[in-house]
Amino acid sequence: MIQVKNLHKAFNDQEVLKGIDYTFERGKTNLIIGQSGSGKSVFLKCMLGLFKADKGTIEYDGKPYSTFSDEEQRELRTEMGMLFQGGALFDSMTVEENVMFPLKMFTRQKKSDMISRVHEVLERVNLEGTGDKMPSEISGGMQKRVAIARAIVNKPKYLFCDEPNSGLDPQTATVIDNLIQELTHENDITTVLITHDMNSVLEIGERIAFLKEGVLAWKGTKDEIFRTEDQTVTEFVYSSNLFQKVRKAQQQGL
Amino acid sequence: MTYLYSIGEYFLMLKGVFGRMTKASVLRNLIFKEINELIMGSLGIVAFLSFFIGAVVAIQTALNLNNPLIPKTLVAYAARQSVILEFAPTFISIIMAGKVGSFITSSIGSMRVTEQIDALEVMGINSKNYLIFPKIIAMFTYPFVIAISMFLGIAGAYTAAVLGGFVTSDQFMTGLQDDFNPFHLTYAFIKTFLFAFILSTVPAYHGYYMKGGALEVGEASTTSFVWTSVVLIVTNYAVTQLLLS
Repeated sequence: MIQVKNLHKAFNDQEVLKGIDYTFERGKTNLIIGQSGSGKSVFLKCMLGLFKADKGTIEYDGKPYSTFSDEEQRELRTEMGMLFQGGALFDSMTVEENVMFPLKMFTRQKKSDMISRVHEVLERVNLEGTGDKMPSEISGGMQKRVAIARAIVNKPKYLFCDEPNSGLDPQTATVIDNLIQELTHENDITTVLITHDMNSVLEIGERIAFLKEGVLAWKGTKDEIFRTEDQTVTEFVYSSNLFQKVRKAQQQGL
Repeated sequence: MTYLYSIGEYFLMLKGVFGRMTKASVLRNLIFKEINELIMGSLGIVAFLSFFIGAVVAIQTALNLNNPLIPKTLVAYAARQSVILEFAPTFISIIMAGKVGSFITSSIGSMRVTEQIDALEVMGINSKNYLIFPKIIAMFTYPFVIAISMFLGIAGAYTAAVLGGFVTSDQFMTGLQDDFNPFHLTYAFIKTFLFAFILSTVPAYHGYYMKGGALEVGEASTTSFVWTSVVLIVTNYAVTQLLLS
């Protein structure tokens, strides 16, 4: 569980996060949605420890990040998995080497144990037999799955995903969404996912935080977001034609 | 002010490079990989350039020695001094700023653009140490490249001078050993070590702190070449002033 209390972050004179309070629950897919520039990425980077908050606290399983020693911070980072928007696979390494990377860096396992764990994880993301390929030799969807495999190989307690579906076709996007949700439930991970994609919200939005101009404007579940009358949320959710039609159908009781 | 900021940022980067170390077994593999890419991969072009530079220096010197009072052995003497003091350490380093420097900037810059550096940081890895430290250590083998360059430069001079009929083999060998000051070699290798450090860190700085996309990676490589060359030339002047004057 990650608990955020009164989080503030500004760059020069521009306040990006204006006092956010929110709890990301364990074993659930926690989505952060909002328009571009609403502060989602900054929020995520604060949780990852890449940005230092100006005010407020972030607690990991009840312990404030600000009280962590350097060693504890490093240890915490080994418990985090991150799925970047573009995958961020190391392009000089094969798929197998990419997935093995966190094990090589942070564990003292034998190579044979590492290889067997890598194969296990690759199988879990349906990529068996691709271990010797380079990232440039596989599709965008496969790259995302490799990135997921790398993020979970070290059995993280926290999984962060930055727009995991960007640039993917709807079918592959659904596969990635479902995979993230399954892994969250299977491993009881606290998953935090940033997205613009309302299909993702519909698929896996167990808990949703809606950010607007650095403020937590709304929170709820995927069922609640399609029933809310909150105008700031409806403006965002029903900005696409498809969801406008869904809204109309809902209102007509269809 | 921007230059001052960049200089400060460069030294902070160096502090980070020598900060928290990456796991030794991983670092060892990275160092060998860098030696292969940065040093071994440059041997061909260095050998080719050195041989022909030495040859040209010998021919130019020979063609300008019209006075019969000046001994022919001067051809070898001039070639040796030029190659050891400047052509091998400095000229080859400028070439390496283009080859190795651009490679370092573009490879680190591409990693920045594609969030690979962020991925390292999120994992709790000191990305500066992981990416730049192995390059610095690998470049400590650079003096071997320069030693090869010196040898081939003089070999080129011998080939051009003797086969071109400007001097005899004996005259060349006599000139080569004439008035030899071993400190010139020490001076050349001291600057080579400094150049090796510059060649690995200045391009790394331009790659590590670049912002933008693919186009900016190209721009960073060009800027990196310009600044690495400037720093090399200024360092060359300073070291020469300190050690030889």
